[in-house]
Amino acid sequence: MNDSPRTAVSNPPTQSMISNLGPGDLVRRSATESLPPPERQLTPVAKLIDVSKCIGCKACQSACVEWNDTTPAIGENVGVYTNPHDLTENMFTLMRFTEWVNPETDSLEWLIRKDGCMHCADPGCLKACPAPGAIVQYTNGIVDFIHENCIGCGYCVKGCPFNIPRISKADHRSYKCTLCSDRVAVGQGPACAKACPTQAIVFGTKEDMKAHAAGRIEDLKSRGYSNAGLYDPPGVGGTHVMYVLHHADKPHIYAGLPDDPRISPIVQTWKGLTKYVGLAAMGLLAAGSVVHGLFARPNRVAPEDEAHAEQLVESPPGGSRETA
Amino acid sequence: MPRYAQPGDEVHPGHPVTVSRYGPLARLNHWITALSLILLALSGLAMFHPSLFFLSDLFGGGQNTRAFHPWIGVVLFASFFVFFFQLWRANLPERTDVVWLSRIRDVVAGNEESLPELGKYNAGQKFIFWSMAFLILVLIGTGIVIWDRYFETATTIETQRVAVLVHSIAAVLIICIFILHVYAAIWTRGTLRAMTRGTVTGGWAWRHHRKWLRELAGQRKTKPAK
Repeated sequence: MNDSPRTAVSNPPTQSMISNLGPGDLVRRSATESLPPPERQLTPVAKLIDVSKCIGCKACQSACVEWNDTTPAIGENVGVYTNPHDLTENMFTLMRFTEWVNPETDSLEWLIRKDGCMHCADPGCLKACPAPGAIVQYTNGIVDFIHENCIGCGYCVKGCPFNIPRISKADHRSYKCTLCSDRVAVGQGPACAKACPTQAIVFGTKEDMKAHAAGRIEDLKSRGYSNAGLYDPPGVGGTHVMYVLHHADKPHIYAGLPDDPRISPIVQTWKGLTKYVGLAAMGLLAAGSVVHGLFARPNRVAPEDEAHAEQLVESPPGGSRETA
Repeated sequence: MPRYAQPGDEVHPGHPVTVSRYGPLARLNHWITALSLILLALSGLAMFHPSLFFLSDLFGGGQNTRAFHPWIGVVLFASFFVFFFQLWRANLPERTDVVWLSRIRDVVAGNEESLPELGKYNAGQKFIFWSMAFLILVLIGTGIVIWDRYFETATTIETQRVAVLVHSIAAVLIICIFILHVYAAIWTRGTLRAMTRGTVTGGWAWRHHRKWLRELAGQRKTKPAK
């Protein structure tokens, strides 16, 4: 068996398998400073979403709900196709529909983007997370939430450049797409890719997916989409979920896909400078107080002070002078 | 109207003289505030730095720490501001405070004789009072913004990022102020009893807050005998 699955279309084996993703495969672990180096390097995987091939059928959403056994609440139709209205703790992926008028051709384009975790190489959620081991990154690139370690603080929401994690109001833990890490661990591709009827979602090694995307982009360019391109944003070190966009020069038209995503500098300051300078300041002040307390002379009241006070109270000089 | 003395402040003649400084309710309030601040610091530090995450065990795990922290903050905010409205007038800055601060070397060395006579609070105590008041306002304000349980959708994520950064900086500062406050109370012997028994000795008041003592002694003389 390969160390990472090469496709999502193969059928599962008939005999049971042991998980191929273990603690020895972690390259990052939240709030953990001394993580042992991974025991091996798995082949990086990626999901490629070709927006130009998507027909908006939502089979991916259904497959996601089915595989992850979530039960999104029945929503309300407000006249748009996007359903539910946003990602939730029970809906890890969402087709976002945008009606966009191309100013060059004056024609309506129906843009459909499957939103969900991008599995950043430099994950902002993991950087922000204060709970040891609540967010992990495997050597194959998958960023996964380990719910038993999650404390529900919502820091991952602030760390994420794509607004993906959602905190459950029921169990106060954070949820998002796992890239079907439990399927990948046994040689299967993600459920959404498996279910996609047009192969708009494909899965394999990151290298293969880039090569596949190059072919698709060439095809789109030959059909007039001169700005077609791959969305693998370098600001977050690249992602393990990539898009083929027909208008890769303006990702924001696809329901607000960030043009140049990166971990917010505010989050970087909070998790960098503030953490270290703050700890040092508090530590030094506490230590300084102890040292001063041990070695400096305490400020004691002298017997003469008591005598002065007694004298004053017995016969206050000037009587009511001070209270006038 | 007395300038430094607050309701309840009173001298009691004897050997030594004792002076009432804080009434029972003020002391109770102080200790509620103190306990809240300590619990907030412990639970907050657990979420601030991975090396301190073990502190969450004191609260029964990370989930509890996350859930309790904001509620303790509400208690602190309420108790501190009851306290605030009792004390703010006595903490207004005065000209003497500038003199006192300019001789901070003598303060640290304990050369009290070269310092000006003071009212109920010195400039250091006033600094701690106003710093606490300001930082608690900042902390409750930013804390509500990042209290996801109830206010997750009230603000944008960008606002929440700013809030969490400001909250952590303000928390570091208030812990530093807290250390100063506790240390000053211990280093200046005879101070702690003001917050336990509610009284200080006349000598303590003479040494550190002479104008306050003079005023109380004067008041006693002008008041009709009980």
